Amino acid sequence: MEHTAEHTHEGHAGGGVKEIVRVTVILSVLTIVELALGFWMMGMPLESTMRMAVKGSIIILMLAKAFYIVGYFMHLKHEIKNLIMTIVVPLALFVWFIIAFLYDGNSFRNLRNTYDPHFKEQSTIKVEKKEEKHGEAKHGEEKKEAGHEEAKPAEKKAE
Amino acid sequence: MSSTTVTSTKMWSGGKSPFNVEYGKLMMWYFLMSDAFTFGAFLISYGTIRFSTNGWPDPNEVFRSFPFAPEGVHAPLVFVSIMTFILIISSVTMVLAVHAGHNMDKKGVVKNLIWTIIGGIAFLSCQAWEWTHLFHEGAWWGSNPFLNHDGTASSTNFTNYFFTITGFHGFHVFSGVIINIIMLIMTLMDKFEKRGHYLMIEKAGLYWHFVDLVWVFVFTCFYLI
Repeated sequence: MEHTAEHTHEGHAGGGVKEIVRVTVILSVLTIVELALGFWMMGMPLESTMRMAVKGSIIILMLAKAFYIVGYFMHLKHEIKNLIMTIVVPLALFVWFIIAFLYDGNSFRNLRNTYDPHFKEQSTIKVEKKEEKHGEAKHGEEKKEAGHEEAKPAEKKAE
Repeated sequence: MSSTTVTSTKMWSGGKSPFNVEYGKLMMWYFLMSDAFTFGAFLISYGTIRFSTNGWPDPNEVFRSFPFAPEGVHAPLVFVSIMTFILIISSVTMVLAVHAGHNMDKKGVVKNLIWTIIGGIAFLSCQAWEWTHLFHEGAWWGSNPFLNHDGTASSTNFTNYFFTITGFHGFHVFSGVIINIIMLIMTLMDKFEKRGHYLMIEKAGLYWHFVDLVWVFVFTCFYLI
């Protein structure tokens, strides 16, 4: 806030090279922490609360990175408040956008799991890893097509 | 705080530029805002599908390869973290180019722009390698060789979204590199020196940072969580 007031008259004043170095260090540290969390998460059981908590922290770190890139590298923090508002306020739509759509996706899954026994059953059948490679030979292509036919009817019925 | 209110009333009473930025830069901001909605729509669509599906492939299983690594050696997250750092560093050199432009330092602009272009090309090369590798594993639009986390069959949604969204981002990086090359040529031709300002570099810089910003989200959504 003070920054905006301070630099209003100068227009494009930023912190200079010192600030750039500081933000670079912050971004690198945030990325390293994210990666460390990612590595740590690998050993955790699926759908565990801990795993969800780590995912949540990664998202918070992601938003912090976004803040530093937009605020300092893109210089938005040093612009006039009116300009900041015309950019940031429309982006608030994302709050609704994300909540509404993810909630909808989740609800669709729950509905299908409740009322579509086939869909539920399909997600419990373990399969062998398909061996299909692109660009090996035409024979491989045919095999791939055949593999698809097996998988397709299941998907269709689920819908 | 009070000084801000005084300035803002004066700002709108005419004779002044209320946003205190050049027209082109303001429009670049609005373009980037619209682009943010495009990427946001893509990523939210991906999230919705992922939420409505029972299983999903484990990114650490899918993205575990590394160029020149011997067969059987798996290094999840390593290659993509290198890509991330390349993009962050190229963003830093872009800020330095903009900063040099403020000081009318042509040599600094040229040097940092070249580094930014190299960073962009390096990122694109990494992505090209990764796409080729995944293609040879059998992944492409409409074909998904990977299984879900729990060993159940996975739908093609995973690869469709991965290739569409990283492809769209890669195309942005590509156009960013082209824009930066144009900026470099214009700088070398002394266009900005004659104009008396390097504001064009700032606009190209905004676009480049946006590309980096989008990668922060794509990286998190596809590789980390």
